Amino acid sequence: MSEIALQAVELVRRIEGDVAHTLVNGIDLSVKKGEFLAITGPSGSGKSSLLYLLGLLDAPSEGEVIICGEPTSKLSESERADVRLTKCGFVFQFHFLLPEFTSLDNVLLPMRAAGKMSEPEMRERGLSLLGSLGLGEHANKRPNQLSGGQRQRVAIARALANRPEIIVADEPTGALDTVSTQQVFKILRDIADQGQTVVVVTHDPALAARADRRIHIVDGKIAESTGQGGGEAVCEMAT
Amino acid sequence: MKLLFNIAWTHVSTRVRQTLVGMAGVSMGVGFTIMMAGLMQGSQLDFLRQLVDTMPHITIEDERRSVPTQPADQEYAAVQMSDIANVGKRPGIKYPESVMSSLRSWIPGDVAPSAKSTAIINHGGARIGISLTGIDPRREVHVSKLATQMREGKIEDLSRSPNGILMGEALAEKLGVKTGNTVLLIGGQGIQLNSTVAGLFRSGLRSIDESQIYSLMGPAQIIMGQSGVVNQLRLRLNDPMLAQKVAAQVEAQTGYKSVSWQEANADLLSSFTVRDFIVLTVMGAMLLTSSFATYNIISTITHEKRQDIAIMKSLGMREYAVRRIFIIEAAIIGVVGILFGWVLGYLLCYGWSKITIFNPLTGTTVPLSIHYSLTHYAVVGGISLLCCAGAAYFPARKATRVQPVEIIRGAS
Repeated sequence: MSEIALQAVELVRRIEGDVAHTLVNGIDLSVKKGEFLAITGPSGSGKSSLLYLLGLLDAPSEGEVIICGEPTSKLSESERADVRLTKCGFVFQFHFLLPEFTSLDNVLLPMRAAGKMSEPEMRERGLSLLGSLGLGEHANKRPNQLSGGQRQRVAIARALANRPEIIVADEPTGALDTVSTQQVFKILRDIADQGQTVVVVTHDPALAARADRRIHIVDGKIAESTGQGGGEAVCEMAT
Repeated sequence: MKLLFNIAWTHVSTRVRQTLVGMAGVSMGVGFTIMMAGLMQGSQLDFLRQLVDTMPHITIEDERRSVPTQPADQEYAAVQMSDIANVGKRPGIKYPESVMSSLRSWIPGDVAPSAKSTAIINHGGARIGISLTGIDPRREVHVSKLATQMREGKIEDLSRSPNGILMGEALAEKLGVKTGNTVLLIGGQGIQLNSTVAGLFRSGLRSIDESQIYSLMGPAQIIMGQSGVVNQLRLRLNDPMLAQKVAAQVEAQTGYKSVSWQEANADLLSSFTVRDFIVLTVMGAMLLTSSFATYNIISTITHEKRQDIAIMKSLGMREYAVRRIFIIEAAIIGVVGILFGWVLGYLLCYGWSKITIFNPLTGTTVPLSIHYSLTHYAVVGGISLLCCAGAAYFPARKATRVQPVEIIRGAS
């Protein structure tokens, strides 16, 4: 039986207020180590909300997110930050690079925050990551000197910096042209093939089809689950 | 910490104009506060210096602080005595020379005898009440600055003129007399003495220059009608600030009332305390106001950098670490601002020290007294740095409390 990297148990995210709104409504999900999971669904269906919950960017109203066997619902905000720093890598729709820093400095940021490597080691790894993504010659450029695809690749390099178990990507190709989209997806595919777990939210069904497994979210629930990779997944079908 | 400093430095160095405005605000606050502190303390110390130089540090008088306890009071608890008539005894300090010898053996300074009395000076129809102090010129130079305060004549000229007196310049001006003129002194018992003005002095304190006259011991004792009497011993200490402590010891030893210069000017010194409080309040307000520039800049930066804050938090940086970035930014603005403020403060102090003003009390033109103290620079710098850090803390705390997901959703 394959090792579970990421698990959601009865996950609920509710927005309280004058008009209460449920973004994620009781999702159970398991993602194996090295699996490439694509989350699809119409706008407002709750797929990004689910992703933020899985990546500990948001806290669930009910339920539990288990990362590498560790329950996270009782963790303090600082402990959640530590888990994000060491076990999760984030890629967003927009690159969200720090504009005043070079590509290399942006990639070094999570490593410096973790403080587990020496400066030469960090620089070596940063340059190696940028090189492996075809950005070796752009290491000293700032984000405004790069194309959209290049920026997104720098963001992926940053997400990989601390060798996280899980890469969480929220529509990483949403703002890219076709060529860059293909490049980014290939990179994510390669990452999964190398043993890291990748969870991607995307609107593009063609791209989602290249994932090991695809789950389709409607009204905060899993409406459909397809693909071979989902052997360990427990999917509650929308009624 | 290096990472946080790098981010902070990048933020401030890419906003040159804003950063310079913030630094200028801090510099102005620090500079003007240092100038004000130097000016206020300078004038205060100058005044105290004049006061201390003009009067003895400790004055021992031939009186007691309270009536001596009666033997019957000591013996029987039930006995209570009041309104006891004083026995008519000869005024003055008993055995002054032996008292002085005893004091000289331990006090950190010197002591001189004097005979102090009040008299009326009569000249050209003018009758002015004055304070007459009989001194020993050889000893006087050890206990007062009178010798250096002489404007005409010398302190030794007292011995060369018949019944010579030294008079304050302001009093001489009021009477219209000059050195060498003769005036009439009238004592309390109607004793009259023609005296020659042997010299003029200026202490710098108008109240003294208008009412104080010095003579040799003999003429003063004649005016008092008590030959040979010494009713005052005046002490000058190497460190004037020890006066209160030494005065208490002297009083305990001799039994005579010993008044330090601080006790004699208690009202004045307490007014200085109020003045210090007002000055400190104003200086604090200046530093606080200058820190608003820092607050404004950090508020702007945190607002502009909301997205970066969200990203850093989403990457796993802790809230306090992100908050610290903005505190460091404020510290950079504060430290550079303080360094320039120190230079500005010094230059302002130097500039003010070159300005002379007319003192209507003394009738002289004097430069402004500035007190240069490293303490001013350290305290003002420290307070300013704290104000800057405080000014940054609140906007930084507010900005870093935001949930990253809210910003990321908004940006997406």
